Amino acid sequence: MNRDWSTLWPILLSSLGETLYMVSIALLAGGLGGLVLGLALYCTRKGNLLANTVVFNVLNVLVNIVRPIPFIIFLTMIYPVTLAVVGTTIGTEAFILPLSVMTAFGTSRIVEQNLVSIDPGVVEAARAMGASPWRIIRTVLIPEALAPLILGYTFIFVAVIDMSAMAGYIGGGGLGDFAIRYGYQRYNWAVTAVTVLVIIVIVQVVQFFGNWLARKVLRR
Amino acid sequence: MSTTSDTMVRFRDVTKVFGTGSSAVAAVDGVTLDIEAGEIFGVIGYSGAGKSTLVRLINALEPVTSGSVVVDGDEVSALSERELRPVRASIGMIFQQFNLLSSRTVAGNVAYALKVAGWDKPRREARVAELLEFVGLSDKAGAYPSQLSGGQKQRVGIARALATSPKLLLADEATSALDPETTRDVLALLRRVNAELGVTIVVITHEMDVVRSTCHRVAVMEHGKVVEVGEVYDVFSSPQATATKKFVGTALRDRPGPEALERLRRRHPGRLVTVGVHEDGTSGASLTRLLREHGLDGSVVFGGISEIGERPFGSLTLELAGDDATISAFLTELATTTDVVDLGTAADPRDDPRVVAGASDESGEGDSATGAPPSGRVDEPDPRDAWQSERWPGTGSTGTSGLGRPGTQGTQPGDFGTEPGTFGGAR
Repeated sequence: MNRDWSTLWPILLSSLGETLYMVSIALLAGGLGGLVLGLALYCTRKGNLLANTVVFNVLNVLVNIVRPIPFIIFLTMIYPVTLAVVGTTIGTEAFILPLSVMTAFGTSRIVEQNLVSIDPGVVEAARAMGASPWRIIRTVLIPEALAPLILGYTFIFVAVIDMSAMAGYIGGGGLGDFAIRYGYQRYNWAVTAVTVLVIIVIVQVVQFFGNWLARKVLRR
Repeated sequence: MSTTSDTMVRFRDVTKVFGTGSSAVAAVDGVTLDIEAGEIFGVIGYSGAGKSTLVRLINALEPVTSGSVVVDGDEVSALSERELRPVRASIGMIFQQFNLLSSRTVAGNVAYALKVAGWDKPRREARVAELLEFVGLSDKAGAYPSQLSGGQKQRVGIARALATSPKLLLADEATSALDPETTRDVLALLRRVNAELGVTIVVITHEMDVVRSTCHRVAVMEHGKVVEVGEVYDVFSSPQATATKKFVGTALRDRPGPEALERLRRRHPGRLVTVGVHEDGTSGASLTRLLREHGLDGSVVFGGISEIGERPFGSLTLELAGDDATISAFLTELATTTDVVDLGTAADPRDDPRVVAGASDESGEGDSATGAPPSGRVDEPDPRDAWQSERWPGTGSTGTSGLGRPGTQGTQPGDFGTEPGTFGGAR
């Protein structure tokens, strides 16, 4: 066992690195895309800032179509796009694209839901002061919903960690791949357990940080 | 960008329809109305009457369906969303739920309006300090809205609305979420804004008391239409529309409603007469004089007098003792100075045509609920009316200090206290 772990640790560490790399890029790109998509969903909804039935319906249906697709199937579904954009369909980089896209769609609903909780009266007050829609988005919508948005992104982080476990299917590496190959396939339960433990620690740290940040923002 | 005129807001045949086809509802239906510069104009109506929609047509938060709205020379009903922004910035607005940004401090909320209007930071800071001083919240500059009381929140709302020195302030049910005392403070502040800064104010409310204590002129709305408009005093003293009569009844409760009248008649079977009391107490004086001259006894059994538009107004219901001929002569002479309604006797009852069922009868309900005698005392449903039976006939003057407008006496000195001259310097 001990001899085993001395070779496993470096692999575990590099897998952790791959996971953090994939997850952070996906959170950055997908999180931003999701914010834009969520804002678009909220603002184009009937009676809102930029009400536009056509745009809203198109976005709404699109999000509803993409989100329920199991990620492992989505991964293979957008092979042509991945190939065109990244140039390959295997490896960590090839995995980041579908991961980011799925993250964006997942985030959009969470952003939209958090924005809906904003008192429409506050938006109306800003309009009454002569603020432009873009200014209202920047200075009213996002700041007013910041605390729930932070918690929403914390939630998304865990979902992205979950999805990143499937990177192994296209040779993307990461902790999920490590647990399957060195734990499950070699009947080494301890490896799986240790990997799970590492994931739990990451999630706990991020959740704690997210809660702390949201509370700090909500101190008012 | 604006032409000088005496009319601040001009509605011409304005209609606003929500929905389409069979579900279409005209929230505002063919309204033509002028709001003059410098006045406090009240728009009163029950919920769903269209008053909140009407006020949103002024700063075009809602676009009109047809007709034209002109604000200080700008035809807002013809402007694009982009063109409207500077116009909106020059119109202040306060709301029932205050609508403060919870993510910003008190100072940040006031500064926000200035930021939108493009003021630079040093000017913003000076102006925010000045405004918070004006509304008496300088010590709360760093507090967040959640740490404030309702009245303080509304004062922040007022400071924010006044930030860019607007000529027009729209108050949409601004006191409806506040308790009576805070309501008085906020209304006093609005009157100060009007008197000291010359800001035209449009007050939307469902409380006649707000109109009575604060407004110069009033429009009564019902089903999207303006059913009555005029000087507050005139509307109060001779309400025409049914809705108006109901509102007047709820604000004054000076005339016995059908049920209260029935109870009165049980206790006072004699001749009951309701006498209007208004205009600086002259008719109150003539009432005592005439009673004396005709050798009649009159005991007050119901009534209420308060101030409307800074003039005393109300009515007293008397039970008269004497023979019919003397009473008739007395009533005839009294009718030359004030309005008199003969309610007849218990044996020969007559109705007060000014009373609308369900309006002024609330006080009567209150009597039976508390088990108090339904009559035989001067009804005092609202402590703000401050009518005290001992005062009458007394000196004969009804315009005494006890009948003051709510809030005008400066209930809390220093609360909004600032020197009039210190405000509005840096514009």
